[in-house]
Amino acid sequence: MSDRHPEPDSSELRARWGGFVWTAENAEKAKEIIARYPAGRQRSAVMPLLDLAQRQVGAETQTQGWLPLPVMEYVAGQLEMPVIRVLEVATFYMMYNIQPVGRFHVQVCGTTPCMLRGSDEIMAACHKRGMHLGHTTDDGLFTLTEVECMGNCASAPMVQINDDNYEDLTAESLNHILDELAAGRQPKTGTQLPGRHTVEPVGALSTLTAMAEANHDYRGEW
Amino acid sequence: MLADKDRIFTNLYGYQPWTLKAAQMRGDWDNTKALLARGQDAIIEEIKASGLRGRGGAGFPTGMKWSFMPKESKDGRPSFLVINADESEPGSCKDREIIRHEPHKLVEGALIAGYAMRARAAYIYTRGEYIREAETLFAAVAEAYAAGFLGKNACGSGYDFDVFVHRGAGAYICGEETAMLESLEGKKGQPRLKPPFPAGAGLYGCPTTVNNVESIAVAPTILRRGAAWFSSFGRDNNKGTKLFQISGHVERPCVVEEAMSVPFSELIEKHCGGIRGGRDNLLAVIPGGSSVPLVPAAEIWDAPMDFDGLKAVGSGLGTAAVIVMDKSTDIVRAIARLSYFYKHESCGQCTPCREGTGWMWRVMERLRTGDAAVEEIDMLHQVTKQVEGHTICALGDAAAWPIQGLIKNFRPEIERRIAEHQREAAE
Repeated sequence: MSDRHPEPDSSELRARWGGFVWTAENAEKAKEIIARYPAGRQRSAVMPLLDLAQRQVGAETQTQGWLPLPVMEYVAGQLEMPVIRVLEVATFYMMYNIQPVGRFHVQVCGTTPCMLRGSDEIMAACHKRGMHLGHTTDDGLFTLTEVECMGNCASAPMVQINDDNYEDLTAESLNHILDELAAGRQPKTGTQLPGRHTVEPVGALSTLTAMAEANHDYRGEW
Repeated sequence: MLADKDRIFTNLYGYQPWTLKAAQMRGDWDNTKALLARGQDAIIEEIKASGLRGRGGAGFPTGMKWSFMPKESKDGRPSFLVINADESEPGSCKDREIIRHEPHKLVEGALIAGYAMRARAAYIYTRGEYIREAETLFAAVAEAYAAGFLGKNACGSGYDFDVFVHRGAGAYICGEETAMLESLEGKKGQPRLKPPFPAGAGLYGCPTTVNNVESIAVAPTILRRGAAWFSSFGRDNNKGTKLFQISGHVERPCVVEEAMSVPFSELIEKHCGGIRGGRDNLLAVIPGGSSVPLVPAAEIWDAPMDFDGLKAVGSGLGTAAVIVMDKSTDIVRAIARLSYFYKHESCGQCTPCREGTGWMWRVMERLRTGDAAVEEIDMLHQVTKQVEGHTICALGDAAAWPIQGLIKNFRPEIERRIAEHQREAAE
């Protein structure tokens, strides 16, 4: 199990987030989300609503977002479920930030497939920039976390930053990505290896060569 | 080598758009109505005859699983199909490619499978970290609704069927089917005791079947090309084509669809450009994702990559996530890192797993540096045996097996580190 603690309740927290309500757009989204589940089973919507709430907090604070206790209470109220059940969910699933994070949440994968391809070097490059595990840089830009396998093993090592993956990294390409983000620009997402498209064998496509050229229909050859 | 015309996932690398129009040009959603018109039992029989075994790791025959669902609801409860897209097993990265590049194969498969098992709706549970991938899947489902392929009178079949996407939020354990159901119900993802099995009481207490993404996404092509075509690949009991994911120390890591039972050597040399530094530089391979024991170089080289072939070398096919390690690998650290993974991902419900995974990781870390006594190797092995089989779900087993594989195959290396550490301490 992982060691995580929610931000403690305080009068400052209440003052800042006690009045949390959905934006008009998110109120619509929340309704649409709840409708995905059978009537009376609205509790199933707790995960997508917490994600939505985290994103709204993120938009309001110019960070990736997190879940202050009053926001969890708001979600619990909408779904008519006890607050403790929402807190259980928020603390159980790693993607809910239960403490504030920075503008960019830099999540370096360190599990064995990435480790074999050089995630140590990626982590060292982060440290060299003054980033430390579990901390946000003083300028509020980067929060560093080591995460478990992200399912990008054939394009390892990788890092997920907020909603995007950056794969086939080197220390150099990582530094470039972080510099671009810090400067307010969006770097290329996905693989950073020149000449690679996604997860094909780079430079030596062994199968499906016709597909690289055009949307080939193989049915005529069946 | 499998011919391109016999590959199911022709847009695996995403060179072409995933959209409905492009997918239809590749043959998806081609007269799905006629496939459904064959009838529920005929579809299940065809899948059974194809020899398809579940692609999520356990390898349970897919057609048989579908046949466990009730043919009629005696008490008014609906049935559900849940599609496991919570791909989180270290080394596994195939479902991601299906979701982001071939989502319509999955959505069409959901309709066909759901219809065959008489389900009211399908929930596709995608892992939370697949954020962009989920965006694609949501859009693909919306396209299918807009085209009349889903919803009321799906594909003009007279059958009403809904598909919903549910995103996880970062918990490996939710890939366990009953933990997934708990999570879908809005709870912590802690596995349920079985029985009752999901086919009797699953999501919301209703009959439910949980299938892997790949198992569902291959179903439409199997129906179109016939069970005989699919079962023409692979050895008996190991039929079909399969997405292999090769990571680690090969020249060109990749995801590739191959026939089942392809020899390891062919997989590596034809698609991955060989082992980094040549064949002689191979140390060991984890052939089926982190949960299966590693196999030393000599035993894996000619092994057929299928359920039985890898079982014969003391491991398993799992999700066909092949993690290759060359001689530069710190093998104890590679396995210790997996122990950390299981410690991190234990849901905390069963004591042997909650306490055992942390304990095993701490000992593994000491074995890594050699800061241990030789007797502790046997003690660790004994503890893995006490965790294995003593938990509600298989996470405890999955945490135990990599360590057992390490001790079985690399005990001299562990002992060497301990001796070296003791020598250094004495100096």
